[in-house]
Amino acid sequence: MGRITLSKVNKTFGATTVIPGIDLEIENGEFVVFVGPSGCGKSTLLRLIAGLEDTSSGKISIDGRDVTGEAPAKRGLAMVFQSYALYPHMSVYNNIAFPLKMAGTDKAVIDAKVRDAARILNLTNYLERRPGQLSGGQRQRVAIGRAIVRAPSAFLFDEPLSNLDAALRGTMRLEISELHQKLGTTMIYVTHDQVEAMTMADKIVVLQAGNIEQVGSPMDLYNRPANLFVAGFIGSPRMNLATGAAAERYGAHTVGIRPEHLKLSTAEGVWTGTVGVAEHLGSDTFLHVDVKDIGAMTVRAPGETALRHGDTVYLTPEESRLHRFDKSGLAVR
Amino acid sequence: MARAVSTRRKVVFTILAWSVALLLFFPILYTVITSVKTEGEAISGFSLIPSFTFENYVEVQTQRDYWRPFTNSVVLSLLSTFVALVIAVPAAWAMAFSPTPRTKDILMWMLSTKMMPAVAVLVPIYLLFRDWGLLDTRTGLTFMLTMINLPIVVWMLYTYFREIPGEILEAARMDGATLWGEIAYVLTPMAIPGIASTMLLNIILAWNESFWTIRLTTTNSAPLTAFIASFSSPQGLFWAKLSAASTLAIAPILIMGWFSQKQLVRGLTFGAVK
Repeated sequence: MGRITLSKVNKTFGATTVIPGIDLEIENGEFVVFVGPSGCGKSTLLRLIAGLEDTSSGKISIDGRDVTGEAPAKRGLAMVFQSYALYPHMSVYNNIAFPLKMAGTDKAVIDAKVRDAARILNLTNYLERRPGQLSGGQRQRVAIGRAIVRAPSAFLFDEPLSNLDAALRGTMRLEISELHQKLGTTMIYVTHDQVEAMTMADKIVVLQAGNIEQVGSPMDLYNRPANLFVAGFIGSPRMNLATGAAAERYGAHTVGIRPEHLKLSTAEGVWTGTVGVAEHLGSDTFLHVDVKDIGAMTVRAPGETALRHGDTVYLTPEESRLHRFDKSGLAVR
Repeated sequence: MARAVSTRRKVVFTILAWSVALLLFFPILYTVITSVKTEGEAISGFSLIPSFTFENYVEVQTQRDYWRPFTNSVVLSLLSTFVALVIAVPAAWAMAFSPTPRTKDILMWMLSTKMMPAVAVLVPIYLLFRDWGLLDTRTGLTFMLTMINLPIVVWMLYTYFREIPGEILEAARMDGATLWGEIAYVLTPMAIPGIASTMLLNIILAWNESFWTIRLTTTNSAPLTAFIASFSSPQGLFWAKLSAASTLAIAPILIMGWFSQKQLVRGLTFGAVK
C-alpha cells in the first residue's frame, strides 16, 4: 500500500517560505509527477515526504499513519536521487544489498532479492563492479535496484534522468514506466521537464512558488489548463497566447491556442502573419510566424510543407479549442 | 587538446625543479654529510666531502640514551594524533554535514589560535603544567601536542568531508542506516584516504614540534627534539655530533614520509582539485 496524504504542509527556511501550505492526496499505485520551473519547491516537497527535511507545520500521512515526525527509514519509502548517490566504495551487489543489510535481513534472503532486482534491471553481469566502472544509465539502474529491494510503499524520484543524455533519457523514461506497471507501486517523480511529466504521469501536480497550480491527468492539464501558468508550462511547443483586441474578439482578456489547433492557409484567415523560422522535424514542421498586432506564434504544419521564410500566411484558431483567460489569468469556462 | 611543450622548455623546467628541490633539501643533506665528518672537519668551513666516519653516531649513543627519546617521540606523536583524530573526526563531521550559521566563525577562530606566537602563552601554560604536575610527563605533552595540532586536523578533515556529497548520506538514511551505521559503513570508508593523510601529516607535525617539547620536558618524557637540543650544551657546540643526533632524530620520520608521500601529497592538496 502507498497512499500518501499531505494536509496543510508548510516549510520555511528562516524567513523564507518555500511551501506556504499544501494539501494533496496521492492514491495507492499512482504515478504522480511534480513538475514546475526550478525553485518552485518541487524537490523540497519530495524531501518533506521522504523525511529528509522537517515540516514547519502540517501533517504527512502514509496509509493513514501520521509520519510527520518519523525518521526517513521508518516511513517505508525509497528514494532515487539525481546524482544517483551510490556508495562508491561498494560493489553493485553491496549497493543493492545495503538497505537489506541495514534492516538485518537474512543473508540468503538478501542474495535472492539482490539477484532478482538485478535480473529485472539487467544488471546481473555487473554485480561485482564498482559504480565508477558503470555508465550513467547503469548507475541509475543500480540506484533503482537499491530502491526496489526494500519493497517500499512508494518510490520517490528526484529528477533521476537529468544527468543523462537525451537518447538515454528516452530509454530510461520507458523503463521506469514499465517498472511502474510491473510493480504497481506508488511513484512520486519530480522533474522540471514537462515532456517527462506528460509521458509518464497518471497525475501531474504543477507547482509554482511552492503553490499547487493544478492537479490532473496529463491530457486534462493539456486540454483544460486552469490558468495561464499551466497553459504556458504544459505542452511543447508552448501554447500561443494573445491579448488585447485579438482576445477581446473572443470575449476574454487573454486567449490561448496550441500550435496544432491553428488552421494554416495562404489565402485567408483571421490573423495575418509572415513566416520567420521553419523547424523541420520530419513528421511535422513548426512554423514561427510573426502575426500582425499579436506577435510571435507557433503553428504546426505538415512535415512536407512548402512554406518558407518570408511567406505570408493566414491563421485561424479552432474556436472549440480556444482557451480563454480572465484578467487575473484564470481560465474562463 | 594537450598543449604542446617544446623540448627546450621541458629541459629548462626540469633543471629549475631539480634546483628548487635540491635547495630545499640541502640543509638536511648537509646535516647528514656533517654527521659523518670529524669534529675538526665540521668546524673548518664549507665542504661537501666528509671522511665518512661513524664515530659521531657511536659517541652520540654512548653519551646519551637514544632509545628513550626515540620511544617518547613515537609514543607522543602516535598518541597525540590518535586523540586529535578522536576529537576532530566528529567535530569536522558535524561542521561539514550540519553546519550552523556560526560554523565558519568557529573554524576561523580555531585557525586563529595557530597565528598566535606560542611564546605568548608560555608562562601561563608552564605554570599550569607545574601546578597540575604535568611537567616532563607523557600525559602532559600528549595533551599539549593534541591541542596545538587540533585546529589543523579539524580543518583538513573538514575540507575532506565537504567533498563527500551529502546525497550519499541522505541515501544511507533512506536505506535505514542509523547514525552509527551511516558513519561506520558509508562515511568512514569513503573518508579513509583523507583520514589517513591527515594522520600522517599530524604524526610528522607532532614528531617535529620542538618549542613545547623542549620547554615542558627534562628527561623522562623528552622526545628526540630535546635529544638534539641537549647536544648544543653544556660543553659548547660539537657540530658533527649535533648533526649525527639530528640525523638520528629525523631519520624515522623521513623514512615514513618517503613511503607515504603519495597520501601526503593528496592530503596537502585535497580540495584543490576535484
